[in-house]
Amino acid sequence: MIINHPLLGPRDSEEFVYLGSADLIKRPTNWEQDASAEDFYQYQYIRENIAGDHRELWYHEQGDQSWLVVTRNTLSHEILNVELAQDVSRGIGRGK
Amino acid sequence: MGRNTTIIRSNYLLPGNEPFYEFSLKLWENLEQDLNYNAMVSQRGIMNLIHSDAQRDAFIRRGNGMLFADAGCEFIEAKEVKERYPFLDMDNPRFPIKAALAQPRGGTVRHDAVAWGYARGASDLGVDIIQNCEVTGFNIENGKCLGVQTTKGEIKAGRVGVCVAGSSGRVMAKAGIKLPIESHVLQAFVTEGLKPVIDNVITFGAGHFYCSQSDKGGLVFGGDIDGYNTYAQRGNLPVVEDVCSGGMAIMPMIGRARLLRMWGGVMDMSMDGSPFIDSTEIDELFFNGGWCYGGFKATPASGYCYAHLLATNSSHEVATAYKLDRFRRGAMIDEKGVGAQPNLH
Repeated sequence: MIINHPLLGPRDSEEFVYLGSADLIKRPTNWEQDASAEDFYQYQYIRENIAGDHRELWYHEQGDQSWLVVTRNTLSHEILNVELAQDVSRGIGRGK
Repeated sequence: MGRNTTIIRSNYLLPGNEPFYEFSLKLWENLEQDLNYNAMVSQRGIMNLIHSDAQRDAFIRRGNGMLFADAGCEFIEAKEVKERYPFLDMDNPRFPIKAALAQPRGGTVRHDAVAWGYARGASDLGVDIIQNCEVTGFNIENGKCLGVQTTKGEIKAGRVGVCVAGSSGRVMAKAGIKLPIESHVLQAFVTEGLKPVIDNVITFGAGHFYCSQSDKGGLVFGGDIDGYNTYAQRGNLPVVEDVCSGGMAIMPMIGRARLLRMWGGVMDMSMDGSPFIDSTEIDELFFNGGWCYGGFKATPASGYCYAHLLATNSSHEVATAYKLDRFRRGAMIDEKGVGAQPNLH
């Protein structure tokens, strides 16, 4: 698979490490409340496991060490979109 | 029968796993008599190579876990490993072979014969096996499952057991249940037929590679999963290279064997690398899955314990740890201790 890095252009997926669903960006923020135990359980262990277009986190370990959000079809391996994770994160009001 | 490399063994460490897999191995030992079918069960032994002092300690601990469960094991020093398998690259500069942990009762089984034997046995017992019939939904009322909808019509049932490899998430989603599972692809490889050269199962300890020789002479081997979510039943080349380099590191002689075929199968990778045999939050709906890439060896015990659960509504004594809510309780069964990331298991 070739991942079209937003800054570096097309790169072989072998240069990357895969983490999992891009939902992992949305870590619960209510960690001081008792109710957070259930939220963290859902966050850490339960997966949508989508058959189709899947947004997922890839880390460019053997490149510029950026985190990317790659939208990839899990039935065909076709890569549809690649974004910098920091842009995605800021877009939903997280990070600096 | 999905993708597998036909290996049977019960060389696990943790108390939640080891008694279950040992129960399974004992069922394998009598499978052909039980089914009256030649499944070519061959207890040719499995040998896990050790490459460092730390790994020796870890494997001795695992061996003790196996002895506790009556599974038996054998620690083999380097000198004897070399005598038995002279083709191994004992003095590889990066991955020298220091010793091995073996389970003489492990081995291989003819995977197709297992499917055929079970199908015939089930049919003789009055089980209807309906092929090419896809489940399209569940009939659920007031939190109770009353049956399934299929492409061939509705089937009403007092109790429904789900048992599908790879697509567990897609099937359970039809019942509105999300699982602690990701679907990944695992590749397997077979070389052209060779003269008898490997009489057991050998695994590489410093990377991920395992190999045996089929009765037709092909070397059957595999390694890591590709490592990304997928339902496509094919893998990619980086893992092919990784698996083959693992093989070359311990048995350079295979470098001249030609690959006859390779293929990928979809695995239910659970968040701790261990399976589930449990009831669900919906009454009368049960779930068996999350076998990761180790389901083949579990086949007899998986069926036995699932039947026990479906018949009695209680877990069999060797499968009590395989609960769906174990992550919520912090009772993970993580053999490798790598945490909630399926592509590390």
